[in-house]
Formats: sequence, C-alpha cells, structure tokens
Amino acid sequence: MTMSSSNSKRRIVGTGIALGALLVSMAAAANPVPWQMNLPQGVTKVSHQIWDLHMAALWVCVGLAIVVYGAMFIAIVRFRRSKGAVAGTWHENRVLEIAWTALPVLILAGLAAPATILTRDMYNATDSQMTVKVTGYQWLWRYDYISYDGKPVTKVPTVWSRLAWDSNTARQLDSGVSPWSVVDKQTGEHDYLLNVTEPLVIPAGVKVRFLITADDVIHGWWVPDFAAKRDAIPGIMNDAWAKVDKPGIYRGQCYVLCGQDHSAMPIVVKVLPKDQFNAWLAAQQSKATLDKAARTAEVTPPQPVPAKG
Amino acid sequence: MSPIDANVYYVPHKSRWPFVAVIGMFLCMVGAANWLNGHEPAGQIILTIGALTVIGMMFGWFGNVIGESLKGTFNNQADSSFRLGMMWFIMSEIFFFAAFFGGLFYIRTLVVPWLGGAGDKGIITNGYIWQGFSAAWPTNGPQAVGGAFTATSPWGIPLINTLLLLSSSVTITIAHHALLAGKRKRLIGFLGLTILLGVIFLGFQAHEYWESYVHLNMTLHSGIYGATFYILTGFHGLHVTIGTIMLIVIWLRCMRGHFSRDHSFGFEAVSWYWHFVDVVWCCLFLFVYIL
Amino acid sequence: MSSTAQAVHYGEHHQSFFERWFMSTNHKDIGTLYLSFSFLMLFVGGSFAMLIRAELFEPGMQLMQPYFFNELTSMHGLIMIFGVIMPSFVGLANWMIPMQIGAPDMALPRLNNLSFWLLPFAFILMLSTFFMPGGAPAAGWTMYPPLVLQGGESIAFLIFSIHLLGISSVLGSINIIATVLNMRAPGMDLLKMPMFCWSWLITSFLVIAVMPVLSGAVTMVLFDRFFGTNFFNAAAGGDPVMYQHVFWFFGHPEVYIMILPAFGIVSEIVPVFSRKPLFGYKAMVFAIACIAFLSFLVWSHHMFTVGLPLGGEVFFMYATMLIAVPTGVKIFNWVATMWKGSLSFETPMLWAIGFIVLFSIGGFSGVMMALVPADFQYYGTYFIVAHFHYVLVGGALFSIIGAVYYWLPKWSGHMYSSFWGKLHFWSSVISVNVLFFPQQFLGFAGMPRRIPDYNVAFADWNMVSSIGGFWFGATQLIFVGVVIHCVFFSKQKATSRVWEHAYGLEWTLPSPAPHHSFTEPPAIDDSQLAHGTLTH
Ligand code: HEA
Ligand code: HEA
Ligand code: CUA
Ligand SMILES: [Cu+2]
Repeated sequence: MTMSSSNSKRRIVGTGIALGALLVSMAAAANPVPWQMNLPQGVTKVSHQIWDLHMAALWVCVGLAIVVYGAMFIAIVRFRRSKGAVAGTWHENRVLEIAWTALPVLILAGLAAPATILTRDMYNATDSQMTVKVTGYQWLWRYDYISYDGKPVTKVPTVWSRLAWDSNTARQLDSGVSPWSVVDKQTGEHDYLLNVTEPLVIPAGVKVRFLITADDVIHGWWVPDFAAKRDAIPGIMNDAWAKVDKPGIYRGQCYVLCGQDHSAMPIVVKVLPKDQFNAWLAAQQSKATLDKAARTAEVTPPQPVPAKG
Repeated sequence: MSPIDANVYYVPHKSRWPFVAVIGMFLCMVGAANWLNGHEPAGQIILTIGALTVIGMMFGWFGNVIGESLKGTFNNQADSSFRLGMMWFIMSEIFFFAAFFGGLFYIRTLVVPWLGGAGDKGIITNGYIWQGFSAAWPTNGPQAVGGAFTATSPWGIPLINTLLLLSSSVTITIAHHALLAGKRKRLIGFLGLTILLGVIFLGFQAHEYWESYVHLNMTLHSGIYGATFYILTGFHGLHVTIGTIMLIVIWLRCMRGHFSRDHSFGFEAVSWYWHFVDVVWCCLFLFVYIL
Repeated sequence: MSSTAQAVHYGEHHQSFFERWFMSTNHKDIGTLYLSFSFLMLFVGGSFAMLIRAELFEPGMQLMQPYFFNELTSMHGLIMIFGVIMPSFVGLANWMIPMQIGAPDMALPRLNNLSFWLLPFAFILMLSTFFMPGGAPAAGWTMYPPLVLQGGESIAFLIFSIHLLGISSVLGSINIIATVLNMRAPGMDLLKMPMFCWSWLITSFLVIAVMPVLSGAVTMVLFDRFFGTNFFNAAAGGDPVMYQHVFWFFGHPEVYIMILPAFGIVSEIVPVFSRKPLFGYKAMVFAIACIAFLSFLVWSHHMFTVGLPLGGEVFFMYATMLIAVPTGVKIFNWVATMWKGSLSFETPMLWAIGFIVLFSIGGFSGVMMALVPADFQYYGTYFIVAHFHYVLVGGALFSIIGAVYYWLPKWSGHMYSSFWGKLHFWSSVISVNVLFFPQQFLGFAGMPRRIPDYNVAFADWNMVSSIGGFWFGATQLIFVGVVIHCVFFSKQKATSRVWEHAYGLEWTLPSPAPHHSFTEPPAIDDSQLAHGTLTH
C-alpha cells in the first residue's frame, strides 16, 4: 500500500470536515504564516508523501478519538446515576477484548507499511547530482560545495551563513526594535530570525545531497519544505537529500539545542532555476579568482555579534 | 493505639541514622563538586567531613541493626524483606554496569567501524572527516588522543585475576556450606581465604593500572579504549573493594558467632554481592580484555 | 529467635517534631513528606514554566538573556520529572500500598526515610547552581554532550544531584517491591491486589532497571568533563550519540515510570464512581506488564533524526507503535468499565475522566511521532512539547491531583469542598488545552523547542498558549486552598468508606487512618475487595 500522493490526498480531503479544509489550505504556504495550524506540504516529493502520511495518521487518530470519546460520552449521558441508571456487573468480554487488541494492530500496520517504504526512500541518496557539505557552528552554518553534475566544485568560496544583521539587532534584550519591523525589503515578508547574511544556493530540479556535520556541539539542519533534516554531530557525518522543483526561498531553523543562540541560527536556501544557478556558479568561480580584498568588500556583510549571556 | 504483634510484623524503631546518612552523602557530594571545580581546600575539607559522617553513620546504623538482629528482633518476614531488598539492589547494580557495557558495544560495533569507513555512513564520515583512519580495536581514535599506547594482554594478570575471583566464589560457597553445617572453623577459614583472594585481586589490579600508566601509556586519556577500559574495570574494582570490606565485616561477625543455620541473612547478602562482582568480572574479562 | 518478641508500642504520642519528621519509620508520615515536597517543587518548576511562557508571550527578548532561558527550560524539565511527578507517585505508594495490602507499614521503613530525605538535598544541590558562576545547567533536561560539557561549575553539582536522585528512587522502589511481594495480608493474592499496587510493582522494576543507567550516562559526562576521558569525542573514537543511546535507554522507560502509576490510580477511581468492577482486570495487569516490557525496546524513537541505520529506524518505529496496543487496551477497558455503570461525577471521577481524554490526545500524537518519516518533520519542535505535556500534565499530573482528591479524606479525616474541587477541575481542564493544544500547531508550523525568541508568524498561537499557561498556573492556587482547608480547617468528618462504592482494604480503616495501618493481618473478605470476587 504505497501512498500515491494525489490519490490519498483526494481521499483525505474528501472525508475532511470544515476543520480539515482549513488545515489543508493553511498547509499550502511555503514559510510559517500567522495562525498556521498544520505541517507545510513542502516542495519535494518526499515532503508531500510525508504530509500525506501525517494527514493519514492524523485522521486515524481523529477517528479513534471520536470512537473512544464518543463511547465515553454516551456512557456519561446514558449511565448516570442521577438519571437512575443501575450498575450492571459486566466486567469481562473475551470477544470485545480480542477485537480491541487486534483492530489497533491492523490499523497500525496500515500506517507502518507506507511509513517503512517512505523511510527507505528518504535514506536513498543515490543518484544525487550535487553534494553540499553543511557544518554547524555555534552559531552559524557553513556550506561548502563539493560536487555538481559529476564534477568536483573547487573554486566556489565557502558560504558562511549567519543570522542577518537586522534580526540580530532586534533580538537583543531591550533593543527597542520591534520584531515586526524586520522585513524583507523585496517581498515584505516578516523574516525576523529567519534570515541570514548569505543563503545556501542550489539549483532546481536537481537531486542534492547534503552532508551534515558540526564543529562544536550538536546542531540540527532542517528545511521543513524539503523535509530534509538530520542532526549535525561533531565528528560524525550524516546525510540527507532533496530534489526541489520549485525555485524560491526556503527557510528553516536549527532544531537541536546548541547553546545560548540556538534560536538565532536560521537556515535559508535559495533555489534557482537551473540555468540561473549555473550562471551564479560560474560567477562565484570567477569571483574566487579575483583578488581577496575586493571579494571581502563585496560579499562579506557586517559581522553580527552574538548576544551576551 | 493497639500494639503491633512483633511475631507477625516487624516495624523498626525510629532512627536518626537515615538522616545522618543523607547529610553525610550530601556533604560528600558538595565537597567533591567543589573540589572538582577547583575550590581547594574547601572541597577536600567538606568531602572529608562528609566521608567521616558516612563512616560514622555506617557504624551507628549497622551496629544498631546487628544489635537488633542479635536480640532476635527480626522475624521471618523481615528476613525475607531484607533478602528481597538485597536481590533488587544487586539488580540495580547490574544495570549500572549495563550502561557502560552498552556504551562499549555501541562504540565497538557501530562507531569505530563508521569512523573507519564501513557502511554508508562510514564512507562519508571517514571520507570527509577522518580520512586515513582505519578501524581497529583497541583504538584511541583518528586523532590518536592520548598518544600511542599498548593494551594489557588478557593472558597475564587479567587471567590470574579471573582465576582468583572464580576461586573466591568457590571458597565463599564452601564457607556458606560450612555455616549451614555448623562447622565454624571451616567457615572462618574459608571466609578468610575469600578475603585474601579479594585483596590479592585488588593488589594485582593496582599493579596492572600502574604498569599501564607508567610503561604502556595506557591512561584515562587514551581515547575511547582508555575511557571504556578504566570506567569498567575501575567501577568493578570499586565494587571489589566494597565487597571485600563487607566480607571483612562478616568475617568478624562470624568469629563472634553472629550467624547460625537459619539466621544468616547478613552472610548470604554479602556472598550474593560477591558472586555478582565475580560475574561482572567474567563479562569484563571477555568483553574488555579478550575480545 | 523471634520467640523473644513481645508486643511493641510505637505510637505517635510522645515524639518531638524532629523525631516525627526526620527520623520517621512511618509510611504515612513519609508519604506526607513526599507529597508535600513534590507539591512544593510543583510550584518551583511551575514558576519556571510561568517565566518561560512569559518570555514566549510575544516575539523579541523581553525578560531575560537567552542563556538564562535555557537554564529555566532545563531546570523546569528536571524539577518536574524528578521533583514532582516521581516523588508524588512514591508518596502515594507510601501512603496507600500498606493500606491496600493490609500491612502495618512498608517492608523497610528506615530505608524509606533515607529515600525521602535524599530528595530535598539533591534538589538543594541542583537548585544551588543558579547562584554559581556560569549559572544553572542549560543543556536541556536531556543534558546532551558536547553542549552540557560547556556548562560552568554547575555540571558537577547537577551530576551528583542526579546520583542522589537515582539512589533515592532505586531504594524507594526496592522498598515497594519488598512491600508488595512480602507484606500482603494472608489471602491478598497477587491477582486480588488493587491495580495501584500492581502498577507500582511493575514501575519499581522499571526504576531499578533504568535509574542506574542514567547514573552511568551522567557519570561518563562527569569523566569527560573532569577526568579527561573521551567518551563523546569522535576524534578519540567516541561518539556524542553514544550518550543519547544510553540516556534514552533510561529516558523512555522513565516516561512510563511517570505514567504506569497513573494508570493504577485511574483504574482505582473509575470503577468506584461507575459502581462496577474494573473491566478486564487481568488484561489490565497484563497490559501494564506489556507496556513495561516494550518500553525497553523503543528508546531510539527519540533519535530518529540522529542518523540511525535504516534497520534501526524501522525496528524502533514498529516497537514504538506496538505500545499503542496495550495502552489502547487500558483506555478501552476504562470506557467499558463506565459502560452500563451507574455513574456519578464526584471530583476524583472528573479528574480521572479528564485523564483519559487528555492522556489519549497525548498518546495519539505519540503514535504520529512514532512514524519515522513524519517524525522527521516533528522532531525538535513544539509538537513534541505538546505531546509530552499532554501525557505528563494531562496524564501524570491530572492523575496525581485525582488521587489526592480521592484519598485526601482518608488521610486527613475530613472532607474537602467539592465545589472548589470541581471548579479546580473545570478551570484546569479548559486552560490546559488552551495552553498545550496550540503548541501542536506551532510545532507543525515549524517552531523549534528550547528557543526564547521566534519569528512573528508564531506570535499568535504563542500568545494563546501563554494565556492558557497563566490561567492554568493560577488555577493551581485553588488546589493549594482546597488541600489546606481540608487538612486544617474542614469541619466535615469523613466516614471510613468515604465513597459509597469504594471497595478495598484501605476503606475498612477509619478516616483518618490509624498511625500503623494494620497492626495485625486483617481477615480478608473477598467481597470487600475491589477485585476479590472477580472470576478471571
Ligand atoms: C508520561 C510520559 C509519556 C508517555 C506515556 C508517552 C507515550 C508515548 N510516547 Fe512520548 N514522550 C514523552 C513522554 C511520554 N510519552 C516525553 C517527555 C518526550 C520528549 C522527551 C524530550 O525530548 O525531551 C516524548 C517523546 C516521544 C517521542 C520522540 C519524539 C521526538 O523527539 O521526535 C516519540 C516518538 O515516537 C514518542 C512516542 C510515544 C508513544 C508512541 C507513546 C505511547 O505510549 C502512547 C500510547 C497511547 C495511545 C496511542 C492513546 C490511547 C490508545 C488508543 C485509544 C488505542 C488505539 C490507538 C491507536 C491504534 C493509534 N514520545
Ligand atoms: C513532568 C512534568 C511537567 C509538567 C507538570 C510541566 C508543566 C508545564 N510546562 Fe513543561 N516541560 C517538561 C515537563 C513538565 N512541564 C519537560 C520535561 C520539558 C522539556 C524540558 C527540556 O526541553 O529540556 C518541558 C518544557 C516546557 C516548555 C518548552 C520550553 C522550551 O522548549 O524552551 C514549555 C513552554 O511552554 C513548558 C510549559 C509548561 C507549563 C506552562 C506547565 C504548567 O503545567 C505549569 C503549571 C504551573 C503550576 C502548577 C504552578 C505555578 C503557579 C504559580 C507559581 C502560581 C502563580 C502563577 C500565576 C498567578 C500565573 N514546559
Ligand atoms: Cu545550532 Cu541549535
Ligand atoms: Cu519515548
């Protein structure tokens, strides 16, 4: 029983009540939105499949809750002593007990099967056409391009991805700057604590493998819309992969407690259409040959200072 | 207030010793923590006071209990409560060691191979972080933390120690049978022999540690091998020490004729503990030294 | 030897304050100490939670530096788990087990006193770290290395205090096992025992098996920090993840340590107010045993994103999902107990029903998290926070409060005000949902846990949650009022049975129960036991 995504989605939405419809519509947004109530569907095949599995599990739980709470509710209404109910002595029933042991097993098996298949897919990073190494530091991310299109990438400078300057000012205790005032100049999006000095740039439509590690303590690299997520562990290399078809800017956050500025090491991935990416890459490579001073002036933004603790 | 029938139930007197024990342990920990944080000599002083309190408490509390035991305060029910208590206490000790054994197994079967390049995870871990490291055991890791070292051979002192502990389990069993048969001389002799074996074991272990530190450069800092080796053998050695002290106490009590055929909980508790220490050693010998 | 025994009086008459409370060998006094201590700690841990919710009330840093927030989160978790839920269950066990099995006291009363007194001192050690250079521990209640190794002076104190807590709970459990196995009145067969005793018997085994493992884990941290070992350093052949395996081998059974006694309590309360025997008694016992057994096989579900081998992910997913089955048996059996009953809704029953509803919400989210792919989207977010507060607050804490409302008249000899008890319930059950339901949305939307500050998109639900938090916290003041009033001021005397349909030995004793519950083994009349006449 594989979760063919469109099918099961239709089925789930079909059974959806008003709340369900609300949940679904919320899920379409790419970055967190006010009052958001559900997982994002994301932009990769895996993230869609996870979303389907999540919804299936959610509805199974809602269904079971209706059964359990419904039965309790009926009992509470019908068998009240204040209404003259007299207690029976019913305290055993083999058939029922077997039924409510066996049925959950079946239901769970129904969820476990697609989950197993999906887990296997998520672990399968073969055929990736690009490799990026991700390293977590207290408190920034470092990206190194390793290979692309079967060729090693050598000349692209390392990307140091820190919390953006405006967020960093606003987040200081008593800064007097409202978090709501931190917006992306172009899109008007509120990107407080979700924007970085320099994003990771990857091409659309390419299966990218992320090699994830850390340098000091454990961090976690996660972009919800990709459903790519793995702990960044010092001295150990993990991997995750994503094939993103839709260009755009995707945001995530470090999800493993890593010290005082754990809330201030966001992840931003800019997905460019493949031709634009190729152009960008070429520009980076030639830039790398420029003299160092010029490059520093051009790309390195002001260095935010971490909060004092 | 109806009286409790002491033939049926045993409910002990109030005692100040538990509270004293807590104070002592608390002071030990405050002292040790301060010492570790470099607050000297305050740390050592507090630790010493705490340790003395604990020792005093032990004399007080155990003396109290021994006195009660001799007066026949404990009925059969109390006796089986004590037995249950000791059994499950040993069980908890087993799980304490299990934590370190579990860590060791995980490191050896998964982590070291990964660092050395085995499996999907190993390929990237080794290839991107620890190039050139190949898995082996014993190891102190890709960066050879602690410097080159030699592990002790299992077939020298460790083997002797195994034989020592195994035979001490035999001698204590003989002593137990002697107790049951009412043969006091034999009991005291074999119990004494058990203590002797325990002490020799500890002596050998001390010597082994000394050798490792001085000649083999095998220390606590010797990477994961040194860490797991010393935490396992060290905590085991600590337990042998405690066991030996308990044996000595029991030995003295035997000499004073405290135990009899159907009044031997103290003796048996210590012998169980000793067997437990022995079994842990066998696991150590197998998993730490041989494999 | 025992022939020399004579009848002994150990009355509560002429004992000084110090003798009574510090040298106690009395299960009731020690139970009271445990319960009072955990009540106090609930307010300490709760006030940390209030500070957390206040900082999270809106985005931006308002009240504290981020590091201090991490200290609060870590200490909140540690205090609530080791200082509130576990001790209050032990306190209930102390009070009730001897009374339920027909014994005069616990099997090892002096050890009992030791177990209790270790707790306050352990928490003095732990809380004193707030005043130390470098502050309190700030690496979460899970204390993962390498982060935890960056702490200041607090580390040694934290670890030693955990050692004391471990000793305390292991000794407490040994005592409970010895009591249950050895002190039952003749005729109180294991399979006639009240469910609360059963749940604690099994919980004790869990405690004995896992608390020493926690001690082992933190001892390795201690060695890495102070003695130059390299357990968690890959450069030396170690691995930070090794700690996580050892920790969660403790940690997962630990969460069942915090819920099995709750199952016991609810299984006591529901039949009484349904006026019907517990449905499927034997299945209930078996289910607890199954849950306890399975709890050893699921620890890595806390580590799905850590990079386990594929086989590991799948195994731990299946094992985790399997736990829903015996847990389901419990839920269904409670509902079946109510079915065809004659229900009334006194205060304890309300809390028990609240428990069933809230616990299963938490359990359902647990099953969603057990699905590996889904957990990749949940791990480290507020969805987890919502999950465990539903099972811990809506589950464990609710059951403890229910137990107090159930047995308080027996302890104190007075009735409490059921109006205030019910108000306490309704206000709690509504506010706890306002507090934690929105956290599920926040988690889905991607808000990480253990952060003091967040993007403005998360602002609205956080504000709702904080309002729920203050409301829930303030509501607990009612509880203080009810308990103090009942113990010290209430004029209304409790009868010995207290609740009309309450069966079991504890209800054959007068209220308040005598100092030594049963001075001689009670003659057991099966029809007076809750499970005495059931056919199995
Ligand atoms: C009392 C405490 C308690 C209890 C009882 C549980 C119960 C369960 N928990 Fe929970 N859990 C915690 C406390 C608890 N948990 C804590 C504290 C954490 C976080 C620790 C941290 O990281 O700080 C955690 C984290 C946690 C995780 C890790 C998530 C992550 O970090 O990503 C997972 C994953 O599988 C999980 C699963 C479960 C499951 C499957 C159950 C099951 O036992 C639930 C079973 C119950 C039901 C399912 C409901 C009733 C059943 C029915 C009505 C029958 C029919 C149902 C079905 C067929 C589905 N828990
Ligand atoms: C074991 C039980 C337990 C209990 C009972 C609670 C109770 C509560 N918890 Fe706790 N919590 C944990 C266990 C528990 N928690 C754990 C294990 C963690 C994880 C820690 C970690 O990540 O390491 C956690 C983490 C945690 C977080 C996440 C922090 C983070 O990730 O940064 C939050 C945030 O909202 C929270 C909130 C609350 C609240 C509001 C309550 C409320 O129920 C508290 C209710 C308050 C009281 C009962 C008493 C207070 C009342 C007063 C002092 C009176 C005055 C107050 C007013 C008038 C308002 N908890
Ligand atoms: Cu880096 Cu959290
Ligand atoms: Cu768990």
